[in-house]
Amino acid sequence: QESQASGLPEYIKIVEVGPRDGLQNEKVIVPTDIKIELINRLSRTGLPAIEATSFVSSKWVPQMADHKEVMRGIERHPGVQYPVLTPNLQGFHSAIAAGATEVSVFGAASESFSKMNINCSIEESMEKFEEIAKSARNMNIPVRGYVSCALGCPYEGNITPAKVAEVSKRLYSMGCYEISLGDTIGVGTPGSMKRMLEAVMKEIPLSALAVHCHDTYGQALANILTAIQMGVTVVDSSVAGLGGCPYAKGATGNVATEDVIYMLNGLGINTGVNLYTVMEAGDFICTALNKKTNSKVAQASFNTGALN
Amino acid sequence: SSQNIVPTPVKISLINMLSETGLQVIEATSFVSPKWVPQMADHTEVMQGINKLPGISYPVLTPNLKGFQTAVAAGAKEVSIFGAASELFTRKNINCSIEESLQRFDEVMAAARAASVPVRGYVSCVLGCPYEGKISPAKVAEVSKKMYSMGCYEISLGDTIGIGTPGSMKEMLAAVMKEVPVGALAVHCHDTYGQALANILVALQMGVSVVDASVAGLGGCPYAQGASGNVATEDLVYMLNGLGIHTGVDLQKLMDTGTFICNALNRRTNSKVSQASCRL
Repeated sequence: QESQASGLPEYIKIVEVGPRDGLQNEKVIVPTDIKIELINRLSRTGLPAIEATSFVSSKWVPQMADHKEVMRGIERHPGVQYPVLTPNLQGFHSAIAAGATEVSVFGAASESFSKMNINCSIEESMEKFEEIAKSARNMNIPVRGYVSCALGCPYEGNITPAKVAEVSKRLYSMGCYEISLGDTIGVGTPGSMKRMLEAVMKEIPLSALAVHCHDTYGQALANILTAIQMGVTVVDSSVAGLGGCPYAKGATGNVATEDVIYMLNGLGINTGVNLYTVMEAGDFICTALNKKTNSKVAQASFNTGALN
Repeated sequence: SSQNIVPTPVKISLINMLSETGLQVIEATSFVSPKWVPQMADHTEVMQGINKLPGISYPVLTPNLKGFQTAVAAGAKEVSIFGAASELFTRKNINCSIEESLQRFDEVMAAARAASVPVRGYVSCVLGCPYEGKISPAKVAEVSKKMYSMGCYEISLGDTIGIGTPGSMKEMLAAVMKEVPVGALAVHCHDTYGQALANILVALQMGVSVVDASVAGLGGCPYAQGASGNVATEDLVYMLNGLGIHTGVDLQKLMDTGTFICNALNRRTNSKVSQASCRL
């Protein structure tokens, strides 16, 4: 088919991070019932994975304080995964007790970022994650690993591809089934994306890699295209591009799921996701947040009243 | 295509600032009748008012022979003509068929040849038309070939409604490259669906080395109210810098120019690089 002929993957798995990464980084704290409604709507779009919430202490992340209620309140559609963030063993146990069946751990390729974000070194964070991975293994719970600052750090600036590869390998070796490489401040370009992936691909099988691109400098889709040209088959995105950048006031953050799907559809790549229903979910949450969508596809589509 | 009509001195300042950024080509104005395009009514004053730096081209749009003659009289040294790959779009826009539009340009081409004025050809709707929907790559190739054969030194392929994706861009370029040498091709991508940089990346991968863009992403989409149009030059240069591709453009000076025109127009920039960097 079209995608095969061009050497691109036939299928890309989209991991929807709007309800967690997105809402966590929005100014307004969203009521529990709205979160649940959003997740339920997303569950009906064909998205295979929806990051539902975060079991981080509400002291640090008040936006996710209702993690138990959300976990218990959402519809669990068959065939859809609902991973949740767990920063430590305590969070992990809390998550399992609340019904979670997949968890994520957040590492970083930058020491400074690790210290500023979770108040410990990369090594210390890995030790915590090892504990989670061990418990998770015993309970047959899959663990996804995130590596932040894969293309640059707000404190350190440049991050070497070798460091990203090292941290990724650590997470993969401890049992993470997938490593999501995050361009946390969106500074990456197709050039740096390529160099970083080349280094990481030496240590981790391609099929275990995902990219989590931020659109702060408008580079996200070009970076994602580069990644899929290199064989990456998992892409994180956020409905309506929810979630600004905490490091550049007023700037955008997550790439919009709608815009990613539009591109993948145009490339003949299957995602299993219905673009229109994602736009409707985006419209719902933007109305609830009283904000404009960050998705250009949604902006263009709702304004012409027609969809392509 | 901004809502308000921009005062002539502001236009001149904008172009002068752009001339200092390292850009080698700056489309200055349009010699279309002010009846149709009031925003460009001051074309002669603009052309005569700007600093024309050596080594920089200041092409202007010319819809017909009359416009061409006015442009040259006002000091223009390069002109552009606008064709389209869609019959309906041509009819709605300039009230004639594609064939008829190209015949009108014959006169411009002859005059330009006689005056040694280079002519750039634009093809609109290359990845889709607001009226016809899908546009076949073969049609784009046919119109591009005609314009190239008429004497246009470069053909700028425009995704007028920003609907293209890397998939359709690739398909279209493959067809056009059979008829026009890649060295004579440019891409003019709109960012209405957020696809512009990905589309441009694919074009570069296929050997295209000329890219059109608009400072601060000026110019909305007339076919989708409130939606964006042109891709922002700042965001393009940021990507090219990251790819190690030389453009000669100073990104900071470009951003400063974007800030200037956005303040003058009292609007926010459409450039994400600009939005992100204003805190740096």
